[in-house]
Amino acid sequence: MVKQSYFTILSQRQLTSAMYEMVLEGDTSALAAPGQFVNLKLEGFYLRRPISVCTYDSKTMTLLYKVVGKGTAYMATLPAGTKLDILTGLGNGYDTSLSGDRPILCGGGAGVPPMYELAKVLIAEGKHPAVLLGFNTKEEIFYEEEFKALGADVYVATADGSYGTKGFVTHLLDLVKGYTYSYSCGPEPMLKAVYDATNTSGQFSFEERMGCGFGACMGCSCKTKYGNKRICKDGPVLAKEEIIW
Amino acid sequence: MVNTKVQLSSLTLDNPVIPASGTFGFGYEFAELYDINVLGSFSFKGTTKEPRFGNPTPRIAECPEGLINSVGLQNPGIHAVIAEELPKLAKCFHKPVIANISGFSVDEYAYCCELIDKEPQVGLIEVNVSCPNVHNGGMAFGTDAVAAAEVTRAVKAVTTKPVYIKLSPNVTDIVSIAKACEEAGADGISMINTLLGMRIDLNRKKPIIANKMGGFSGPAIFPVALRMVYQVYEAVNIPIIGMGGVSSADDVIEMMLAGATAVQVGAANLIDPFAAKKIVEDLPRAMEQYHISSLKDIIGGAH
Ligand SMILES: Cc1cc2nc3c(=O)[nH]c(=O)nc-3n(C[C@H](O)[C@H](O)[C@H](O)COP(=O)(O)OP(=O)(O)OC[C@H]3O[C@@H](n4cnc5c(N)ncnc54)[C@H](O)[C@@H]3O)c2cc1C
Ligand SMILES: Cc1cc2nc3c(=O)[nH]c(=O)nc-3n(C[C@H](O)[C@H](O)[C@H](O)COP(=O)(O)O)c2cc1C
Ligand code: FES
Repeated sequence: MVKQSYFTILSQRQLTSAMYEMVLEGDTSALAAPGQFVNLKLEGFYLRRPISVCTYDSKTMTLLYKVVGKGTAYMATLPAGTKLDILTGLGNGYDTSLSGDRPILCGGGAGVPPMYELAKVLIAEGKHPAVLLGFNTKEEIFYEEEFKALGADVYVATADGSYGTKGFVTHLLDLVKGYTYSYSCGPEPMLKAVYDATNTSGQFSFEERMGCGFGACMGCSCKTKYGNKRICKDGPVLAKEEIIW
Repeated sequence: MVNTKVQLSSLTLDNPVIPASGTFGFGYEFAELYDINVLGSFSFKGTTKEPRFGNPTPRIAECPEGLINSVGLQNPGIHAVIAEELPKLAKCFHKPVIANISGFSVDEYAYCCELIDKEPQVGLIEVNVSCPNVHNGGMAFGTDAVAAAEVTRAVKAVTTKPVYIKLSPNVTDIVSIAKACEEAGADGISMINTLLGMRIDLNRKKPIIANKMGGFSGPAIFPVALRMVYQVYEAVNIPIIGMGGVSSADDVIEMMLAGATAVQVGAANLIDPFAAKKIVEDLPRAMEQYHISSLKDIIGGAH
């Protein structure tokens, strides 16, 4: 259920040269599942900016965002106390009921954030997730310690080999024996690589440029084996069985 | 007490605020958020004879005070709209709805309009003539007075409800096209559709939109839309539904002063899902501020 409300920035923290963590206080009652996203209205920008919910509780919500353009650069300048108009409760999110005991959670770069809440929920459900994180370089790594603190097994790959296993998240698959399911979020080539390399079912989170973020404009449509879907409303998470590359 | 009622041909609207086609789906996303019966009416997603996926993505690009879309008329097709969407809509919207119809040939327009005309929920048919005309050398119906008149005549011949022709602004002389539609029997004019626009991604150095170009709308186009409504009002004697960048009650009043009988709100719904409701609720305040007791009295008042 979509909700529009005002959140107040409690804190901002720079995690790497481009990644920031923003903690906000407000009405989180519309947040229903890990993998959902929110849509932020920023002063001076016409369209809202979609950002995944990294984690939340009854009063606060944490977003991790990468500065890639003017809107996210502006977000990074906002001081604590700033009020933001935010649409919450957007998207379907991940379904944890299908995970089995040993799901793998694959996050790549700016796709890592939603894996945090997902890992938290899966662990609370008594499951044993393995978190596979992919970054370009050692300098770009964030949240490794936070994932470990949840009690998840964490494996890191860097494309240049400067930390952990050299290569991509798919190079970490061999390290996890007998995984039961996969959850992924990251750039599309990473999603495709996980899709091809895994022998279990899974769920994959997609990105698309959005006009509204709540299903009204058909700006974000994609074709699936079960018909046309809107990434913002029927996604962003699609089941492995329905994806058409 | 102020009076917000307006008359669009045979249709009496409680207020002139109408969400524009393509920005309100078939209503349900918004009905989950508020009672959409507060609206004057709304225009549903552009419907064609066959189901359409539309254009490849990305099909949205941000602009200063607006956006470009190249959705390309994604819709389930006229038969599914009648069999599935309208019955679902009946549960949450109890006023006559505006049917927005598109086509790729004169026959398709007539086919869809004849079918939709029979639906009791439909109060008015808005014929979108700004799609590429595959039977006419790739030219758009809405950019050619003769073709626009031909569609108007074909649709009027098979329908009983008011027919409003929705015009494209991407023309040198919108007035001559509006006049051609009036002469061909149109009951009203709906204007404007989006302006052809483009953005280029500086990193990739290629167009952002997969289709390269798309329709530009939002507050940035308001002055252009207002000017065109003003010009067409001088030239025709049929009602005009004005739109293009309308985002506030003040914009509604300005558009009506230029000559609009009712006003559509498009892009604003995407940025703020409550935009149309807020405009309806703010109208009485704006009317009092500008000393207007009845909205219908100000139509074309700026002339
Ligand atoms: C469902 C979803 C969840 C996301 N979650 C996160 C997250 O948790 N952390 C994070 O860092 N990023 C996330 N993104 C990507 C984020 O939305 C973009 O990086 C951001 O919108 C860029 O804005 P900008 O103004 O800095 O860039 P600009 O390039 O200046 O933006 C111009 C326009 O393009 C849009 N745009 C640009 N890149 C993207 C993109 N990759 N996806 C969708 N729209 C884009 C912008 O929203 C804006 O409308 C998510 C995207 C989606 C669709
Ligand atoms: C995402 C989007 C989809 C649209 N789809 C349609 C459509 O299907 N049929 C139509 O007649 N107009 C369509 N339009 C045009 C609008 O109805 C309206 O004419 C135009 O956007 C100008 O109004 P605005 O500036 O308030 O958005 C669409 C506009 C947008 C932004
Ligand atoms: S962004 Fe509007 S429908 Fe998905």
